[in-house]
Amino acid sequence: MNAPVVSSRMNVPGAGNASSGNALELRGITKMFGALAAISDVTLSVKPGERRAVLGSNGAGKTTLFNCITGDFLPTAGLVRFFGEDVTVFPPHERIRRGLRRTYQISSLFTGLSVMDNVYLACCGVSRNRFSLVRPRPDDALVQAAEILVEAVHLTDDKDRLVGELAYGQQRQLEIALALSGAPRFVLFDEPAAGLSPTERADLVTILTSLPAHIGFIIIEHDMDVALRVAESVTMMHNGRIFKEGRSDEIESDPEVQELYLGGGHAQH
Amino acid sequence: MSVADQAPRFASPVDQRMWSERIPAPWWIFGLILLLLPIVANNFWLFQIMGWTFILGMIGLSLMFLAGYGGMVSLLQMSIAGMAGYMVAILGPSGAANVSLGLSWWIVLPAAFLIAALFATISGALAVRTDGIYTIMITLAIAAAFFYFTRQNYSVFNGYSGFNLVLPPKFFGVNWRDPLAFYYLTLACAALCYGAVVYLARSPFGLALQGVRDNPRRMAALGFNVTAHRVAAYALASVFASTGGILLVWQNAQIAPGTIGISSAIDVLVVAVVGGMRRPLGPFIGAFIYVLLQVFSTDILGFFGFSADRFKLIIGIGFLAIVLFSPDGVLGLWDRWRAGLAARKAATTGGGA
Repeated sequence: MNAPVVSSRMNVPGAGNASSGNALELRGITKMFGALAAISDVTLSVKPGERRAVLGSNGAGKTTLFNCITGDFLPTAGLVRFFGEDVTVFPPHERIRRGLRRTYQISSLFTGLSVMDNVYLACCGVSRNRFSLVRPRPDDALVQAAEILVEAVHLTDDKDRLVGELAYGQQRQLEIALALSGAPRFVLFDEPAAGLSPTERADLVTILTSLPAHIGFIIIEHDMDVALRVAESVTMMHNGRIFKEGRSDEIESDPEVQELYLGGGHAQH
Repeated sequence: MSVADQAPRFASPVDQRMWSERIPAPWWIFGLILLLLPIVANNFWLFQIMGWTFILGMIGLSLMFLAGYGGMVSLLQMSIAGMAGYMVAILGPSGAANVSLGLSWWIVLPAAFLIAALFATISGALAVRTDGIYTIMITLAIAAAFFYFTRQNYSVFNGYSGFNLVLPPKFFGVNWRDPLAFYYLTLACAALCYGAVVYLARSPFGLALQGVRDNPRRMAALGFNVTAHRVAAYALASVFASTGGILLVWQNAQIAPGTIGISSAIDVLVVAVVGGMRRPLGPFIGAFIYVLLQVFSTDILGFFGFSADRFKLIIGIGFLAIVLFSPDGVLGLWDRWRAGLAARKAATTGGGA
């Protein structure tokens, strides 16, 4: 098993005023694209440290939900609370600085920079160093934090390579490293296993299950095997609405869910 | 123009070698040539050609910083340089004694940099919310507005006639407009600006700026305030433009609206594109070519029987050729030539093995 990936210090603004006691709370989130409701009236709450899988077919609104949580889109209606604080209209970087992180379904990396530079940038983004005009020294705290993250996602051997030269699976691992920079409190993983080989999937499960217990996450995952092994609870979405919620084992055996999603061999889709 | 495809390739962020060991030998030779140039070059070359090259190069460098690293093509850099130059003329002593305040240089110089930085920050804040062609248009609009403002405002900018007899202060008892002293002054400033840009490219701010250029949405998802970062880049780039602008006023001993006209604003873009927008050296190469063409066009054009003010024709044709054949400027041509040479060498040695 890996050493703890992320320090457990919680010196993030907004820490400790969790009035609702939830890490993430969504109330009545609706996002319209023109006349089309990508998601409608989604109400969801996740406790600190909870690991939740969001399942649903393509077009169910899962990624739109993520974009509303991170602020990439502003919801048409509804409320987003992050550790008790209303962040509905906050720009993305303000939410990230409060401990929210995300990965992207399609790797969104800086392909012209090295692995270390990518992770180092991520570490700068959530520190006050982001405007620093001084080059880092080898013993710089952020450089060392970046090295630890690179190691945690098993990329130490490739740390000086350009990201554009990495294999697909390695790029997916780097996505995760970027999302764990600084002091994350809650992470949104958008299909981290997509396109990975069975070995790489096992590696991914190891990385996700060895995250410190205080870091909760939501994972969008089509691979039920990965999703149910890393998440203790499941939210099913269908046509932009929440269709069913429950513990992983309940959902797995639910006949309606079986019929809608798991049946017919679509699970590995 | 996709600047992203041409992102500078970096080594590891932490290089263990001493700074002096990291500079390749050709650079040492190049530096030595520049230092010893006054032995062979006459005053005209030192003052007019090299001095102007360094000045134009610094203003082009500020554009290269914004466009090459930040992906923001700004036509504003000549105006920012002009603002700093105007401030030196307005706050310090000049021939227009009724307008100039005649303050001492240690107030004038910091104030000139600060006011130019403020101008850059405000203009940048307007420009950064746009992209591509719209950034070019809005910065061009601000540059045009500033040009017409200086031409019509007599109480501060002394209108059409501008300021003459704006002379550099006599630091250390040296007459800095003496060709030799001016050459070394501009060389030192250019070297400092160049070094600063090279250094900044690998600082957290510079790395993040390149990240903002390549993928702003991802940068926001890493906690960066993309807008603030871009505006800060405008403020930082203003330092290089202002240095060039102040030296330009000292070189000409005057500044007038013509100095910051639309054609000058576009010339800065031409200089940066011709030299190469990817690396900090590009604008200096571009400036050297531009200055040579402008100064010697009379002879060249006279030879073919054209009038001397047609030199823009030569610049224009050169610009077109560069944009068509090497989007990465003269430095791009050089890179390709070296790559071709290396490939041929590898082919011959590979064939022998």
